[in-house]
Amino acid sequence: MSGSNNAAARVRGLGSAKAGTHVWWTQRLTAAALVLLVAWFAVSLILNAQGNHAQVRAWIASPVSMVMLILTVLTGLWHAVLGLVEVIEDYVHAEGTKLGLIVAIKFFAALLAVASVVAVFRIAFGG
Amino acid sequence: MSAANRPVSRPLSPHLQVYRPQLTSVLSISHRMTGIALSVGLVYLVAWLCAASGKGETYAMFAWFNTSVVGRIALFGWTFCLFYHLFNGIRHLFWDAGYGLELKDAYASGKAVVIGTLVATVGSWVLAFSLR
Ligand code: HEM
Repeated sequence: MSGSNNAAARVRGLGSAKAGTHVWWTQRLTAAALVLLVAWFAVSLILNAQGNHAQVRAWIASPVSMVMLILTVLTGLWHAVLGLVEVIEDYVHAEGTKLGLIVAIKFFAALLAVASVVAVFRIAFGG
Repeated sequence: MSAANRPVSRPLSPHLQVYRPQLTSVLSISHRMTGIALSVGLVYLVAWLCAASGKGETYAMFAWFNTSVVGRIALFGWTFCLFYHLFNGIRHLFWDAGYGLELKDAYASGKAVVIGTLVATVGSWVLAFSLR
């Protein structure tokens, strides 16, 4: 059926999330990935976080930690943005404030994502 | 929505004002609170990474804070939030797959989450210190 007056077209884009089940699924997928990533992260911190600056840098610069650390931070940010947007949608009901907060969170997360990758690359390749 | 155009202005469920806190409801709101705390922690983690990528002085400030009393308490709290949200998140994923939804199972898994969180939090700090 085409046109905009069928059942699917009427609900598409409605609801507080405006995006249906995709967000729900992505939240679960990032959660499942984070189970493994956080387990790795916790063990690595126990083993390495006590080191001095040079030792911490050597840990971050090793290929496995580079990959895992970047994955952990980016997946964590993705999952956090989805989660925080849900929290905002639950408690903030003024459309303008809600949109403003959501946009601010997404911009800030993008900034953190780029900063974390640059930081890790700088440690690994910056000399 | 303003009170005027809300169809009926009686309290909507769950009536939190008259709702006795239970293990299940406390664990539920704690998942949200630890999720928010972890988001703040992620900002700190990225800041720490940036400091580690730079010259020594900024990193030294982070190292000083992390080993101060306030820093240790904050990091311990963050470890607690991380393990709580991890274990309770796994509990959530089982529910989403349709398992453990009976009331008695929800209580049993809830208790397991609390015990697991305490053991993992204290255990990882003991381990980290003994490996120093
Ligand atoms: C980087 C670490 C993490 C951060 C910053 C984070 C943050 C958040 C936030 C803010 C929420 C929204 C809370 C709400 O809507 O009530 C959330 C929800 C959720 N988190 Fe995490 N989280 C992290 C790690 C994890 C891990 C390791 C799991 C493991 C399974 C997990 C599983 C979940 C699940 C299942 C939900 C949805 C809960 C619901 O539907 O109410 N998260 N998270």
